[in-house]
Amino acid sequence: MIRSVCVAGAGAIGSLFAGHLARVADVSVLTRREEHARALNAQGLRVSGRSDFTVRLTAATDPDDLPEPELVILACKATDLEPLTQRLSGHFAGATVMTVQNGLGAEEIAGARGDWPLLSAVTFMSGTRHADTHVEYVLDTATWVGPYRGTTVDDARAVAELISSSGLKAEAFDDLRPAQWSKLIFNATVNAVAALTGLPHDFHFAQTEEVSDLGHLVRDLVDEGKAVAVAAGVQLREDPWEMNVLATQRGHRHYPSMLEDVEAHRPTEVELITGALVREARAHAIPVPLHTALYRLVKAKEAGYS
Amino acid sequence: MRICIVGCGAVGSLFAANLAQLDDVEVWAYDAAEAHVDAINAHGLRLSGAGDVLGRPHATADPQELPACEFGIVATKAMHTEAAIRATAHAFADGCVATVQNGLGNEETLASYVARVIRGTTFPAGKIIAPGHVQWDVKGDTTFGPFEPQPAPMAEIERLADACTRAGMPAHAVADARGPQWRKVIFNASTNPVGALTGLTHGRVCERPDLRLFVSGLVDEGKAVAAAQGIELDADPEDLIDHAAKPEVAYDHKASMLQDVEAGRPTEVDYLNGGIVRFGREHGVPTPLNHAIWALVKGVEQSWQH
Repeated sequence: MIRSVCVAGAGAIGSLFAGHLARVADVSVLTRREEHARALNAQGLRVSGRSDFTVRLTAATDPDDLPEPELVILACKATDLEPLTQRLSGHFAGATVMTVQNGLGAEEIAGARGDWPLLSAVTFMSGTRHADTHVEYVLDTATWVGPYRGTTVDDARAVAELISSSGLKAEAFDDLRPAQWSKLIFNATVNAVAALTGLPHDFHFAQTEEVSDLGHLVRDLVDEGKAVAVAAGVQLREDPWEMNVLATQRGHRHYPSMLEDVEAHRPTEVELITGALVREARAHAIPVPLHTALYRLVKAKEAGYS
Repeated sequence: MRICIVGCGAVGSLFAANLAQLDDVEVWAYDAAEAHVDAINAHGLRLSGAGDVLGRPHATADPQELPACEFGIVATKAMHTEAAIRATAHAFADGCVATVQNGLGNEETLASYVARVIRGTTFPAGKIIAPGHVQWDVKGDTTFGPFEPQPAPMAEIERLADACTRAGMPAHAVADARGPQWRKVIFNASTNPVGALTGLTHGRVCERPDLRLFVSGLVDEGKAVAAAQGIELDADPEDLIDHAAKPEVAYDHKASMLQDVEAGRPTEVDYLNGGIVRFGREHGVPTPLNHAIWALVKGVEQSWQH
């Protein structure tokens, strides 16, 4: 059993991991801001929503001030991965490092900063960060873990069991790519459409009655993504269109992070999501005119912040 | 000669105020905005900017006050065509009605209420700055021609064009007015929604090479739909797009659709990209990029209903 975990990055996802895991392991949190670390050390971390408890944990902005963990979860947004892994470089040599970022390519970024064994993960859970020391657990969907570099499915299983024992949902796979690509195509489609329209992920995304209804575009985007997956030799674990329909039927209007980012004029994860899909498509000579269009439009929208 | 301007917004006011300068033309202006109508009746209709004009048309918000007219010039936003012509059709029982509106499909709507229809395209632009007062931003030509299924006689079209020209709004009567119309529609459909979705001015859209390529993708679809109908464009929309991007022309111009989106007003996307998609379907020409843009802008409009 894994006894110590460092969660690097304490946004909504990082806080959900840290809060739950602190009930079954020694958890430390690497934050970007000093006052965030001070608040966590002083008040602990409260989890509300589907869970309801407060835990004690150790937090710091410098890895040197944290105990050596067995597992590091990189829980930052894809856009922050470069600076975060730079700070971790040279630290925690004995730990296994797990990425949970959206899109593709997080493992390569982390792997370039150290020789750690790597696990790859995608997470479907969601939460709302109400304060530095309070996160609400909203969607209790699973985190999927697979081996990546210097790890086996047994390592993935050990982490999935740890996560499950903490009150979150998790599953281990021999090969994460089928799940990762399902989510990639889902995110490339839903997040970019949400960011451009201002719509949360709601019923509009599955609507196909009128010619101008958004569901047609969503389905065409999913189909482009599927063609890329076929060319890349990845058999999808779930049909992203069905994931879309299911999510819109839950009655909960989810705000994709890319929509929150453009509304707050923050850099989005478009490069590692849609950008990654477009680059894979080019590598396999599959035309993806619609994803290419969305990629260009979101990049242009970011350029328009200033 | 009696002419009624139907929809006396910015473009309608340019026609109304200028035509009212002519001794041989009696001008009526129908508009739903009472404040604008009252101001015109009290103080006249003033244009300033590209030309300084004070005209005294008869303005009314009550369609029953309209006398029988030889010509109508419909200048409402495209989504108001149906309501405007339904209310005023009685005044044109023996007359001819021209559209100078944006987009595709206005002629068809007019033809279901009046017998003789004139296809028109106009380039002058302005904005209402106060009731009864319009800023005239750009001068430009107008082209009139018969609406093929329900044409006005060519001699009447020439009379209307002559009156406009004498009034300082240069107009041409041509046998096939589709070329200028499609040139303008393709220009607008390929640039306005890109500005609306990204928040960028025309010049900033064009200076991003990848986004400019996307604009060309939209243009190419529009050209293919025009070509399938045997329409010869009177100019290449690509040249107009590049011309408008120059700093001294319209680099800093926010497309009207971007202005609509920023103000939370319904856009004309149904008549621009939606029109290209509809005509494309009728003629078996695929228009996936225009279809995508149509759905995205409709999504933006739907996002306001939350």
